[in-house]
Amino acid sequence: MSLAVPSTKVGLSRDDLVMRGGVVLLAALLLVIVGLPLWALLAKGFEDRDGKFVGLANYVSYFSTPALFNSALNSLHVAAVSTVIVVPLAFLYAYALTRTVLPVRWLFQGVALIPIFAPSLLPGLALIYLFGTQGFFKALLGGGSIYGFDGIVIAQVFYCFPHATLILVTALATADARLYEAADALGASKLRVFFTVTLPGAKYGLISAALVVFTLVITDFGIAKVIGGNFNVLATDVYKQVIGQQNFSMGAVVGMVLLAPAALAFVVDRLVQRKQVALLTARAVPLVPKPKPGRDFLATLFCTLVSIGILAILGMAIWGSLIKYWPYNLSLTLDNYDFAKFDANGWDSYWNSVEMAVGAALFGTTLMFTGAWLTEKTRDFHIVRGVVQLLAFLPMAVPGLVLGLGYIFFFNAPGNPLGFLYATMGILVVNTVAHFYTVGHLTATTALKQIDPEFESVSASLKVPIWRTFTRVTTPICLPSILDIAIYLFVNAMTTVSSVIFLYSPDTKLASVAAVNIEEAGTTAAAAALCVVIVLTSAAVKVAHLLADRFLLDRLQAWRRR
Amino acid sequence: MGDGMIGNNIIRRAALAGAAALAMVGLAAAPAFAQKTKLTVYTALENDQLDPFKKAFEADNPGIEIAWVRDSTGVVTAKLIAEKDNPRADVIWGLAASSTALFATMGMIEPYAPKGVEALKPMFRSGKTPDTWVGMDAYLSLVCFNTAEGKKGNKPVPTSWADLIKPDYKDSIVMPNPASSGTGYLTIAAWLQIMGEEAGWKYMDALHQNIAQYIHSGSAPCVQAAKGERLIGIGLDMRGASEKTKGAPIDLIVPKEGLGWELEATAIMKGTKNLDAAKKLADWAVTKKANELYAKTYAVVALPGVKAAPVNYPVNAEPGMIKNDMEWMAKNRERILAEWTKRYDGKSAPKK
Repeated sequence: MSLAVPSTKVGLSRDDLVMRGGVVLLAALLLVIVGLPLWALLAKGFEDRDGKFVGLANYVSYFSTPALFNSALNSLHVAAVSTVIVVPLAFLYAYALTRTVLPVRWLFQGVALIPIFAPSLLPGLALIYLFGTQGFFKALLGGGSIYGFDGIVIAQVFYCFPHATLILVTALATADARLYEAADALGASKLRVFFTVTLPGAKYGLISAALVVFTLVITDFGIAKVIGGNFNVLATDVYKQVIGQQNFSMGAVVGMVLLAPAALAFVVDRLVQRKQVALLTARAVPLVPKPKPGRDFLATLFCTLVSIGILAILGMAIWGSLIKYWPYNLSLTLDNYDFAKFDANGWDSYWNSVEMAVGAALFGTTLMFTGAWLTEKTRDFHIVRGVVQLLAFLPMAVPGLVLGLGYIFFFNAPGNPLGFLYATMGILVVNTVAHFYTVGHLTATTALKQIDPEFESVSASLKVPIWRTFTRVTTPICLPSILDIAIYLFVNAMTTVSSVIFLYSPDTKLASVAAVNIEEAGTTAAAAALCVVIVLTSAAVKVAHLLADRFLLDRLQAWRRR
Repeated sequence: MGDGMIGNNIIRRAALAGAAALAMVGLAAAPAFAQKTKLTVYTALENDQLDPFKKAFEADNPGIEIAWVRDSTGVVTAKLIAEKDNPRADVIWGLAASSTALFATMGMIEPYAPKGVEALKPMFRSGKTPDTWVGMDAYLSLVCFNTAEGKKGNKPVPTSWADLIKPDYKDSIVMPNPASSGTGYLTIAAWLQIMGEEAGWKYMDALHQNIAQYIHSGSAPCVQAAKGERLIGIGLDMRGASEKTKGAPIDLIVPKEGLGWELEATAIMKGTKNLDAAKKLADWAVTKKANELYAKTYAVVALPGVKAAPVNYPVNAEPGMIKNDMEWMAKNRERILAEWTKRYDGKSAPKK
C-alpha cells in the first residue's frame, strides 16, 4: 500500500517503473494461465455435484475416509524415498559433469537427459518387460513383485533424475575459482573445501532439486497408474474421483490437498533465497576443472554406471517396440511403427506434438526467462513479486488432471474473451507452458542469482537502461541456461499427457496421448514404438542443442576463460 | 519489375474478390455447393473402429464430415461434463449408456427418436419418449484365462465366478478398480445383483484374497492376462478377443452365473448448432448397415437379426447377460463404491 504514497513514487527511476510495469503484466498473465484456471476447478471443492455451495462438507467427508490417510502417507513415503535416492545421485552426476574432467562429457550429459525425453509410460513398460511376471530379470526380485512401492520408486528415480540434474548442473556450473584457489592456499583439505565452498555454493540448487523431485513424485499419476499395483497415492485418488467417478468436487478436494507440498516448497524457497548470495561476482574468475586422474576415474566410473542404468531401460523399450507379440512371439518386426494401424491419426499426431513442442519452447522460454529476470531484478515491490513467485511455484504441485480440467472450466466458460483459444493448438501450448512453469522459472532464477547485481548497478551509473543490460549482458551470460529451459520445455511438451488429454481437438491430437490410447488398447509394442520415436526426436533436438551450445560457448562465453 | 508485381497483385486481388462474390451468389442460389457440415463427434469407440465408421457414414451422407474426439470412457465423460456450460460436441456416438443417461439427467441431451428406432431390441432404448439415448452394442465383463500360464502352473480352467475364489488362484487375478473404471463397477454391480447384496459382498471378501491388483482400466485386465503378466483377468470382452486374434494364448470365459454388461450409445447434445446433421447421424446409427459394422467387433448389437460373430468371441455371450437394472446401478453407485473402497481399496497396500 505504501507504494502508492507519492513520496515513494518520486524515488522511482525510469528503470524501476518499467520493471514494475513488467512485473504487473507478468502477474496478470500468470493469473490467467495458472491462477484462474486452477481456481475454476478447485472452487468446485466447495460445491456439491449440482453446483450448490456446501462449504467444507466435501473436505469433512474426505478427511473422515481412512483411505485418504493411507494414500497421503503412501504419497509422502514414496516421494521421500525417491528424493533421498535421486538428489545425491543427481548431485554426484552434476558434480562429475561440471567439476571433473570426463572423457566423453557431452555423451554423459546427453544420456542423463534421456529419461526426460521419454513419456512416463516408457519406464513403466520397460520395467514390466524387465521385471514383470514374464520379465528377464524377475528372479532378481526374489519372489517380490515390481507392481507397487518398489516399481514406483525405480520408475520415479529414472523419471526425476534429469530434472534434478538439470537444476544442479546450473547450480554447479558457475563457481568462482578464486574461492578454491584461496582454500588451496590456506591448505584446506579436499573434504573441507567440498563442505565449506562447493556445497554452500550449490545449496540453493540442492534445495530446489529436492523440492522439485518431491513434488514431481507426489503429483505424478502416470507411473503410479502403470506400475503402482494396489499402492494408492494421492494422484491416483484424483484420477479415481475425476475419471472414474466424474466427481469433480472430490477431485478438487484431493487437488487442494496436493497443493500443500507446493505451499511448503514456496515457504522453504523464500527462506533459502534470502540467504543466497551471488557466486559469480563481477570480479569472479570462472572455475575450470583441471585433470586429476584418481578423481576423474571415479567420476567416469560413476557416470558410466548411471548411464548404463538409463540406457538399459531405454534399450528394453526399443527392443520391446520391435517384438511381434510379447512374450509368446519374440520375433522382430517394424510393423509397430506403422502407427496408422493403431490410431486413426497415424503419424499426424506426431507432427502435432512437434509443432506444439516448438511453440511451447519459444513462448515459454521467453516468458520464463524474462519473467524470472523481472522478479529477480525489480527492487522492492514485494507484494506483486510475491504473487508472481507463488504463481510460478503452483504448477509444479498441481496434478495435470486438475490443471487440464481447470482449463476447460476457465477457457470454455461462456463469455470468456479468451474462449477462441479453446480447442486450438494455442491452448495446448499455453497449458504446457503453464504446467512446466516452475522448473523453467527455477532454472532461470538459479542462473540469474549467480550473476552479481553489480552489473546492474554499474549499468545504472553509466545511465544504460536496464533492459539494455538485460539484452547485452544478462541474456548472453545466461544463454546456456536459456537454451536448457527451451529444451526442457520442448521435451516435456513432447511427453506430457495428463493435462492435455482434456484439451486436444480432432486436429490437434498429440503423440503422447496417442501412445497412452494405444497402450490402453493393449498394443504395448506399438505404444513402446511411439515412445521410442518421441525419445529419438527429443534426443536429436538435444544433440543439435549441444552443438549449438559448443558454438555459443565459444562465441559468447569466452569471458568464462582466463 | 516492382510495378509488375503490384500490377499482378491487383489483378490477383480482383480475381479473388470476383471469385468470392461468385461464391456468395452460388451459396445463395444453390445450397448444394455449401461447405460440408463438420460434425464434432465425441466417442470412446476403439481407435481401429473410427475410420470404417466415419467412411461408412460419410458415404451415405456426403454433406457431412465427422471430426472425432476420442478417448477412454472416463476421460470423454469427464470432458463432456466439464464442457457442460458451453458444449463443444454435437453428437455422442459410442459412449457408455450410463454416461449418456447421466448427461440426460443433467439436461445435456437433446431427446430424439431416430428413424427406425422401434426395430431395436427394447433393452437398447432409454425408455424415455422421445429417446434420450439409443444403444448400439453391448460389451460384457467376462473372464480371460491364460492357458499357457495355466498349463505351466497346473491351474484348472475356471467356469464360474464361484471358481475364482478357490485357493488355486491366490494372487493371480486382476480386475478393474470400480472406483476408477466403469467396467469395474458393472462387474461388481453384476455380482451384487446375481448373488444379492449380502452374499455378493461375502463373495468379494473371498475374491479379494486372490486379487493381485485392482487396475485403473477396464481393458487392461484381459490384456495383462493375454501377455501372461497375470493368469486371470476380469474385464472387457472385446479386448480379450482382439488379443486372442493377435496370437495370445487366452480363453474367454462366460461364467455360468451370468455376467454384467453395459451398452454403447448414441445421443445428441442439447444446443448443438448442427442439429439436422446430428439427427442424420442418429438416424444412421440405428440402420442395419451401422449394426453390421458394430457386429464386426461386438457379439451383441441393437438390431435383431444382424448376424454378429466377431472372431474369437465366446458364442454363449448373449444368453449369459444378466437382467441388468441400470437404474438401480445408477442410484446405488455412490453407496456401493464407498462400501467397496472401505473394504478393499483402503487396505490394498502391497502384500509383502
